[in-house]
Amino acid sequence: MLTRAAGLFVLVLLGAIIVSLFIGGLPAFRHFGLGFIFETDWDPVQENYGALVPVYGTLITSVIALLVAVPLAFGCAFFLTELAPNWLRAPLGTAIELLAAVPSIIYGMWGFFIIVPLMGNYVQPFLIDNLGDLPGIGFLFQGPAFGTGIFTSAFILAVMILPFIAATMRDVFLTVPPMFKESAYGLGCTTWEVVRSIVLPYTRASVIGGIMLGLGRALGETMAVTFVIGNTNRISTSLFGPGNTIASIVALEFPEAPGGSLKLSSLLALGFLLFVISFIVLAISRMLLGTKGQK
Amino acid sequence: MSTTTTASLPIQKSHKIAESLSKRRARVNLIAKSLCFLATGIAVVLLLAILGTLLYLGGSGIHWSVFTNITKPPGSGGGLLNAIVGSLIQTVLGVLIGTPVGLLVGTFLAEYARTSWLGNVVRFVSDVLLSAPSILIGLFIYQLLVAPFGGFSGVAGVAALAVIVIPIVVRTTEDMLTLIPTALREAAVALGAPKWKAIVLICYRAALNGIATGVLLAIARVAGETAPLLFTSLGNLNWSTALNEPMSSLPVTIYQYAGSPFEDWVQLAWVGALLITFGVLFINILARVVLRQRG
Amino acid sequence: MKLASSAIAVALAAISFGAQAQQITGAGSSFAAPIYGKWAEAASAPTGIKLNYQSIGSGAGINQINNRTVDFGASDMPVKADDLKAHNLLQFPTAIGGVVMAVNLPGIEANQIKLTGEILAEIYLGKITKWNDPKLVELNHGVNLPNLAIAPVYRADGSGTTFVFTDYLSMIDPNWKTAVGSSTSVKWPVGNGAKGSEGVAATVHQVKGGIGYVESAYAFQNHLVTTQLRNKAGNFVTPTMEAFSAAASSADWSAVQNFAIDLNDEPGAASWPIESATFVLLPTDAKEPAQSKAVTKLFDWSFSNGNKIATDLLYVPLPVAVQNAIRAAWAAQIKG
Repeated sequence: MLTRAAGLFVLVLLGAIIVSLFIGGLPAFRHFGLGFIFETDWDPVQENYGALVPVYGTLITSVIALLVAVPLAFGCAFFLTELAPNWLRAPLGTAIELLAAVPSIIYGMWGFFIIVPLMGNYVQPFLIDNLGDLPGIGFLFQGPAFGTGIFTSAFILAVMILPFIAATMRDVFLTVPPMFKESAYGLGCTTWEVVRSIVLPYTRASVIGGIMLGLGRALGETMAVTFVIGNTNRISTSLFGPGNTIASIVALEFPEAPGGSLKLSSLLALGFLLFVISFIVLAISRMLLGTKGQK
Repeated sequence: MSTTTTASLPIQKSHKIAESLSKRRARVNLIAKSLCFLATGIAVVLLLAILGTLLYLGGSGIHWSVFTNITKPPGSGGGLLNAIVGSLIQTVLGVLIGTPVGLLVGTFLAEYARTSWLGNVVRFVSDVLLSAPSILIGLFIYQLLVAPFGGFSGVAGVAALAVIVIPIVVRTTEDMLTLIPTALREAAVALGAPKWKAIVLICYRAALNGIATGVLLAIARVAGETAPLLFTSLGNLNWSTALNEPMSSLPVTIYQYAGSPFEDWVQLAWVGALLITFGVLFINILARVVLRQRG
Repeated sequence: MKLASSAIAVALAAISFGAQAQQITGAGSSFAAPIYGKWAEAASAPTGIKLNYQSIGSGAGINQINNRTVDFGASDMPVKADDLKAHNLLQFPTAIGGVVMAVNLPGIEANQIKLTGEILAEIYLGKITKWNDPKLVELNHGVNLPNLAIAPVYRADGSGTTFVFTDYLSMIDPNWKTAVGSSTSVKWPVGNGAKGSEGVAATVHQVKGGIGYVESAYAFQNHLVTTQLRNKAGNFVTPTMEAFSAAASSADWSAVQNFAIDLNDEPGAASWPIESATFVLLPTDAKEPAQSKAVTKLFDWSFSNGNKIATDLLYVPLPVAVQNAIRAAWAAQIKG
């Protein structure tokens, strides 16, 4: 059973990765206890490390990225399945999927050299001037316009996960039996009404599954985020404030963490936490995508 | 939709309501359609913006010396030859090692363990690997192949890339094999062929294009990976094809050059970015063409 | 398919095991990368040694030589004597360079602004937040300082430059020493991180009111708007090769062990205040002594023939006496 052995090999491989991260991170978990997860301090001089800032940064950038990417992806999928003329569907679909093929370091360079100046010179000053003084939500738009930060990272992440979500949505939209749609059109429904009342309810679980897949991508992205997030171990309430994600802090600080040090252990513990988070997200997405098959 | 109210109203009035309602519905439809059109437009513009940036900033630096010279100190007219060759070697070997494993696992999932407990676990684990942050895979290989053996090496880089290749090939192989009609397998088995023969001679042949697509996508993915190479193959300024020595690669060279103070290095970084992105996009489009030949 | 198989054939034909020429691998300080690259290029013909130097940061350089994954490590932060002993390392400096401040203020030209270490510490502690703070105005009579928020920028990756800068601030301001301290990466009270000197420069360039610290070679290469600084003697000096050399020559090398000299805040009327040597870490118990020997050969050649290359790149060469002391240390500790 060669194939079975290969299957087990993959199982062992992932197991080994997770176990090595856990064992590596164990001293940090032991030293800081459960407080490691809720501690905001990251002080290499005093050797006090906490996971909350990078965990927060990872979640907040990914969630904002979803808020930006999901409507765009839905629009693309809707356009590609219902509106675009037939001859345009394949090339447009390919173009959007190609966004997923661009290597993440290219996104990082593009983000840093092109998007960051745009954000810093135009977008952020505009939003700070116009929204910064609003009661209630004003605090989200305050601070100096560095161009980098949570919002810029989220934007780059949104562009990176857009093709994944759009492709899943398009594929599941195409699984809706034409008869359902034709019946609705026959009753005089507009295209929008068909999508909202027939296509979306029919594909809801899979659509959410696709979104979760996109979320999984965003959580672990390293290179692109490292270029633009501002790399600061503080939680700032402003969307334009700098932050850090688990992947970016590991990329920046792992190389100089001495073997056997508490810092190395804390970084590996962070890696382990990241695996736990992506595990949960993926499990949810599988559950939701799986329900489609039973219909 | 609201037939009961219409019936109870005088005919004149109901006409008016129906008219205004249908106008409203038409308006909503138009807005929804326009927004979707806009969303697709944004996605395409983003792709063009990235490609345009690369062409604009990298295109002017394309010169024969990029392909004939190896990397040199700033101001000495260096090229990217060793980085390009290093990337080719590591990508090709990584795919050569990862593909058979992925193929076996995909076959296991589709042919032997479609619904079994082990199959589901392996499938889930492979999906976790697919979205695992590539930097963590780099860390794992560092602990496994770099630290214990006292040196960065091309072998370690190849291993990291192979780990990334496996889940991509697993996914496409399983998807493609699942699409093969059961009747085809039954026909083969009815003729007295053992199961492995049926799979190798019938299923693989029928799914060949799909599997080839998976391999091409894997090549495209790992060719642009930076994070897993940083701590494995490290990089090499000199011409070296020795697998037991540190090995240069395009993404790592781009990563270092883009962050350097020297204009000619930054220019080379953009040229490298241009080469790698268009190479990866070309492979992606090739993959699509291969897949389309199926029909 | 044909394309793929021919690519495979080419790749298989190209790969091999075992090195062709004698290659040494070094990694660490990005500050030192340009000069090591240039030295190695010039030295490869006369010495037959090829250097593969990867700039992964000072902290990473120390780490990798401790793990013995490279032939030598490079760091702008001297390693403590205990750690050198524990890991069987020989430490020696190779060149000297300054760290300068870059600012972005409308209408302000290079070296127009005067700053002091005390003020820099307060800026990076978040105590001075506006460019028209009375303390800044008092120092800069006649300069029109705007009512603009100060946006401090620092290196996000572990960096020897960060060590040099925070070490300087710790010397000047006891508050800094207790609240933050000095290391290749610290817990910054305020400001925004950026990756690499390029990132710091780009971010400062980007943000009005920005201030950041970068290596001198980098600032000159990119024509950044630098500032004057007050040195220990109380004079305001502009960042020039003369000022860097002055600080280097006023240092007392005989007083330190393992060449672990600290060139920050040196006395001397013309000395630049923030300055550092960059160090190489070489194993004294190398598994392949020939590799360590080759490293010393390369730097021996560079000390004898590379001073012009160094000054062209705006590094200050080591005093000849120090170079000779290093040669003596090699002879005593590096076998093979």
